[in-house]
Amino acid sequence: MSRVTLLFLQILVAVVTLALWQLLSTVPVFGKVLLPPFFFSNPVDVFSQIVKWFSSGVIWKHLAITLWESILAFVIGSAGGILVGFWFARQPRVAAVFDPYVKMVNALPRVVLAPIFALWFGLGVWSKVALGVTLVFFIVFFNVYQGVKEVPTTVLDNGRMLGMNERQLMRHVYWPSALSWMFSSLHTSVGFAVVGAVVGEYLGSAAGLGYLIQQAEGVFDVAGVFAGMFVLSAFVILIDMAVTAVEKRLLVWRPTAVTRD
Amino acid sequence: MAMTKPTAVALDSATVAFRLADGRVYTAVEQANLAVDHGEFVAIVGPTGCGKSTLLNVTAGLLKPAAGTARIFDKPLAGLNRDAGYLFQADALFPWKTAIDNVAIGLEIRGTPRSEALARAQQWLTSVGLGAFAGRYPHMLSGGQRKRVALAQVLIRDPKILLMDEPFGPLDAQTRQIMGNLLLELWTADRKAVLFVTHDLEEAIALADRVVIMSAGPSARIIGDWRITLPRPRDIAEIRMEKDFHALHREIWGVLKDEVMKGYVQSTQAGAA
Repeated sequence: MSRVTLLFLQILVAVVTLALWQLLSTVPVFGKVLLPPFFFSNPVDVFSQIVKWFSSGVIWKHLAITLWESILAFVIGSAGGILVGFWFARQPRVAAVFDPYVKMVNALPRVVLAPIFALWFGLGVWSKVALGVTLVFFIVFFNVYQGVKEVPTTVLDNGRMLGMNERQLMRHVYWPSALSWMFSSLHTSVGFAVVGAVVGEYLGSAAGLGYLIQQAEGVFDVAGVFAGMFVLSAFVILIDMAVTAVEKRLLVWRPTAVTRD
Repeated sequence: MAMTKPTAVALDSATVAFRLADGRVYTAVEQANLAVDHGEFVAIVGPTGCGKSTLLNVTAGLLKPAAGTARIFDKPLAGLNRDAGYLFQADALFPWKTAIDNVAIGLEIRGTPRSEALARAQQWLTSVGLGAFAGRYPHMLSGGQRKRVALAQVLIRDPKILLMDEPFGPLDAQTRQIMGNLLLELWTADRKAVLFVTHDLEEAIALADRVVIMSAGPSARIIGDWRITLPRPRDIAEIRMEKDFHALHREIWGVLKDEVMKGYVQSTQAGAA
């Protein structure tokens, strides 16, 4: 399938879906509107809501807040995950002692932590960051831990035979291996940073995309809820594209980074 | 010491044993005596699983013998063997470094300035025939090319002893011959003591000054030691056609054959048990 045909078909799906949505929510079929506007709104209203947000400039503040929370959650969560991942991988005894607790905390659905974080860190940015950190940390932690553990023995022996000391092994062998594992999960961890921010906002805040959606829902403004969802997906897709660009640069040495066309 | 150079590698009644998961002790190599002179090329041949690589790892300092001693240039080996370069059977290049960085690393960790290390690495890549591939990552190179990089990586440090564990094992027959000739060419230019482990008797005779035969494991022993007097320089592909080569091959194979069969029977029984 050529690129043009593919693009055409992809656009066609969107057009057909939106057209159906618009038709079914405005034109009665056999005297009955199948998608009642109260519950489903319609694409025109949703679109005009999005336009209103952007033309009035209201949305930028919320986008900036959500982005800032996601970045903080990602940076802090990753730093913690790398540190603890390295520590546990190099100190098997520490890892063994903490193992059940790590599993326990990781098994906990993070949403239940949101109220306690709101209590501890208030309704501002930091309670959302904390929620995002609990999500990002474990992904990065498990990957770094694995990355350090799974360095092939031959590569390690080779490093030793070439004369590397422990510090040099860390820098030239363990560190790149751990980073490669971490980068391979970059999409997931960045995604979770955004999830943490938005869910946190939804559960209690005064700004951000989650707040916007929650506010609209509070007054049964379904068009507002859908508009918020569309803006959020566009936001996540843009971030994901940025991550892909970063990944391509960082993982050039990996066979999987080679595209075959 | 003024008169004679000390022996590069001397294993004296080296015994290597492992504790298995179920607590039993498995003796891989028993009472091995082996001496490699300065500048001598010694090949160790034996059936699969006879502990050839184990002996090599003892010489490298990666394994400690349970009994007996390993001496390197007349000094008892403690810790890793700093005089040795090791060419592994499996891929051991750092996948996150380019070919030239892989070669330069051996100098860099020693404190050589990066620009100088890179210049020397480029020279070494050229001498293994990969001058144009400096910027490639290992996964972009073929198996044979990766071995060439690994060879340059080891040789750039100018080790006095070269340990090779079936280095050309994973390669196809033609590439093996080409790599063998490259190895001989580099070795002739700068004679190091070489300990070359292989299961391929023909390869061993074609390359080495001496061929050492090990018995089937467990408790493998050294059971034969032949001096290969074939003239040098040799061509790996052509030397196999010569009469002297055949005579040597027949003689050594006579001893090796029984051990290969024993090793085969043991490995099938171990699989059934």
